[in-house]
Amino acid sequence: MEVAFTLNGAPVRVEAPEGMTLLHALRGPLGLSGPRFGCGAEACGCCYVTIDGEPRPSCALPAEAASGRMIGTVEGLGTPAAPHPLQAAFLAEQAGQCGYCLSGILVSAAALLARDPDPGEAAVRAALEPHLCRCGAQNRMIRAVLRAARAMRGAVAA
Amino acid sequence: MNLAFGFPMGQQGGNAPELPGSLRAEPRLSRWLRFSADGTVTVTPGKVEIGQGILTALMQIAADELDLPVDRVRIAPASTPGSPNEGVTSGSLSIQESGTAVRHACAEARAIHLRIAAQRAGIAAEAVRVEDGVFLRPDGAAIGAYWLQAEDALLEVEARGDVPPKAAGARGVAGRSLPRLDLPDKVFGAPRYVHDLRLPAMLHARMVRPPARVATLLGLRDGPLPGDASVLHLGNLLAVVASEEWAADAAAARVAARATWDARGSLPDENGLPAWIEATPAQRTEVARHDNPAPPAVHSVSARFTRPYLAHGSIGPSCAVARWEGGAVEVWTHSQGIYNLRADLVTVLGVEAGQVTLRHVEGAGCYGHNGADDVALDAALVARAWPGRPVRVLWSRAEELAWSPHSPAAIAEIEAAVDAEGMLCRWRTVLRGNGHSSRPGRAKDPTLLSAAYLDPPFALPVAIDAPMAGGGGGQRNAVPPYRVPSLDVSMHRLLEMPIRSSALRGLGALLNVWATEATMDELAARSGQDPIAFRLRHLEDDPRAAAVLREVAAMCGWPGAPEGEGTGIGIAVARYKGTGGWCAVAAEVEAAEVVRCRRLWIAADLGEVINPDGAANQIEGGALQAVSIALKEAVHFDRLNVTSDSWDGYPVLRFSEVPAVELRLVGPRDAPPLGAGEPSLGPTIAAIAGGIHAALGIRPRAMPFTPDNLAAAME
Repeated sequence: MEVAFTLNGAPVRVEAPEGMTLLHALRGPLGLSGPRFGCGAEACGCCYVTIDGEPRPSCALPAEAASGRMIGTVEGLGTPAAPHPLQAAFLAEQAGQCGYCLSGILVSAAALLARDPDPGEAAVRAALEPHLCRCGAQNRMIRAVLRAARAMRGAVAA
Repeated sequence: MNLAFGFPMGQQGGNAPELPGSLRAEPRLSRWLRFSADGTVTVTPGKVEIGQGILTALMQIAADELDLPVDRVRIAPASTPGSPNEGVTSGSLSIQESGTAVRHACAEARAIHLRIAAQRAGIAAEAVRVEDGVFLRPDGAAIGAYWLQAEDALLEVEARGDVPPKAAGARGVAGRSLPRLDLPDKVFGAPRYVHDLRLPAMLHARMVRPPARVATLLGLRDGPLPGDASVLHLGNLLAVVASEEWAADAAAARVAARATWDARGSLPDENGLPAWIEATPAQRTEVARHDNPAPPAVHSVSARFTRPYLAHGSIGPSCAVARWEGGAVEVWTHSQGIYNLRADLVTVLGVEAGQVTLRHVEGAGCYGHNGADDVALDAALVARAWPGRPVRVLWSRAEELAWSPHSPAAIAEIEAAVDAEGMLCRWRTVLRGNGHSSRPGRAKDPTLLSAAYLDPPFALPVAIDAPMAGGGGGQRNAVPPYRVPSLDVSMHRLLEMPIRSSALRGLGALLNVWATEATMDELAARSGQDPIAFRLRHLEDDPRAAAVLREVAAMCGWPGAPEGEGTGIGIAVARYKGTGGWCAVAAEVEAAEVVRCRRLWIAADLGEVINPDGAANQIEGGALQAVSIALKEAVHFDRLNVTSDSWDGYPVLRFSEVPAVELRLVGPRDAPPLGAGEPSLGPTIAAIAGGIHAALGIRPRAMPFTPDNLAAAME
């Protein structure tokens, strides 16, 4: 069946046979590389996207469940020319090593900051709890999210 | 340098017998760098990016020696045959081996270019300076540039080793915390990993493995498959191939359900693992021994420490792409050692080395010998059935956790004693376990997983251990760093391998540093000494070990005020491999229903540090992986296979469990570089064990330090 939804602000249509997950659709016919496969069981956070603003795993969700929804991925946050404050902060803090987990973590962090512009460290940890980082860069990531939150509040104040 | 362990030495013919780093193996300068007329230099190291930031560090080294801004330096990913053969990217050796080679190769290349430019200009080479790649006379007039001489084949010569690189104080780029080259792609979700390769007409494949390590395929029921998926039989393996990834995934699940196997138990009883290790035939090696006169023992400790099998647990499962064309195969891989992998591919595929081209593409973080090499063979096997079509094989999470090589379970038994003066008088350590290397390319038979399931099968060799000169495996860090008159350290490497074992970050140091440091803590307590003071009394020959230990003691406020019941601080120190970086760790532990590590203080002496922020990232990352290993990780299995094949079955550290980390890099920056990837793991595990004793009065004897294992230690 054909499924239509909004991807990073733009309308898309994709043929979604039974057995195609949203992650398959995003990485296959829709040509993205940001959402990543990590486990296929919603247990590691690599494949997180936002669905109507809520961070959710995409690796086990049938693609047809995206029908009519607003899907956001890391590609929708920013670009090298116009980075999201989170992307700028992750670079400033050098918050990553292998980086495989970063797409999902950035999506969850962006959803957190959209909901709570001034999260404490505990709130950042809680928001990132579904995400595994095996390289051990978590403390840098927490600092980066707090840094981005400060930058975004500063920008609003200005 | 791991020359003693499979590093290629045969083809060298350099003028200087003692060329530095990997130049010894590949002395021709053109193998390391080439200038382009477009105003860039491309450096071609044989070491690979595995998430550790090596490409950035090598860029810094090259920029410094060539007097170039970093944006003129390109680092090419390794490939065969385009890159020097630098063995395996492992052992915290890349700066020592590759960095040293790049530094000297660039210094010589600069000198050669300057000499030619100076000769043409009729002035002395010493009078020429380099600015942004342009050669300037003392009056500022340009007399040449790297780019203008790029076509002159000046670097088609062998290194002589007679051009000293810049003195430490003259370096302007190496030693600075430059941002990593690879990180921008990773925060913008750009295609960067081998997983993201999308070649024209590429097919997607999945392996369907047996339900047991030892199994025979009996049959496969027919039935429809999704999309255009088809099945491929490869001896006792099945693979599914489809043009779309969803169809490959769906087909793999259906084929797995339709296959019938004769599965036979071959694994030991997990609940009797130490007994199995002790009963299995083994090869004994003496690791270290001396018998100087020793005063009589007054206080002694005898203890047995055990550790389980561990998984690498890369966040991205192993992946590779292969394409056959006219009897030759090209493979895109995240292997740590592409030449070693090529050797095993040649054996299994029955082709010549010249018919195999390997191209390194980054994978998810690599913490040792995981499934990267295995999946490269899988891709080559499947793609052979589809000539001309690239085939991408992605492992499942279950394959990654259950079928990758595992870090082997082991036992360390230690008997040690102090004399009436409270000084160590004798020390005996006996180690038992499987070897820590099943890396490819080092034996007659291949070590790649699927080779054992082909028809006819290859017999995978039992894992070996590098000799101490090559860093050791199971015996790594088994020799205590403390002065002791009577010492006897031996290792029993098992000669059977029911669970394929190989290298994981730290290797034997994970167990041995903990066992050694726990014994030191216990001896200090028995003899009424402060554990740090006790260690320092035995470290007079190793001032850099004493320095990091003193530093970390100051950082954590040792001994500090006694904490409330249930919390405590432990400390530990080690020099990785006895030849690498020094690292001391203090760990604050809180013990409630489970043990948590709340805070780590780390002091490390890594000698010269090319990128301090990158080194700090590596040291902290290693420590956090060690927290996970110490408190949570153990591979579980039944008689058929590994059963901890999901993140539920093999939990690792989560954000809520990550301790705060305070880290200082100390020591002489002009000393040789020593590597940052692994020195922190052993001391972190040991410090947590010490913190558990301080908090609970229990001395842990089995990893991980879970409530069950701690309860057993109380009995």
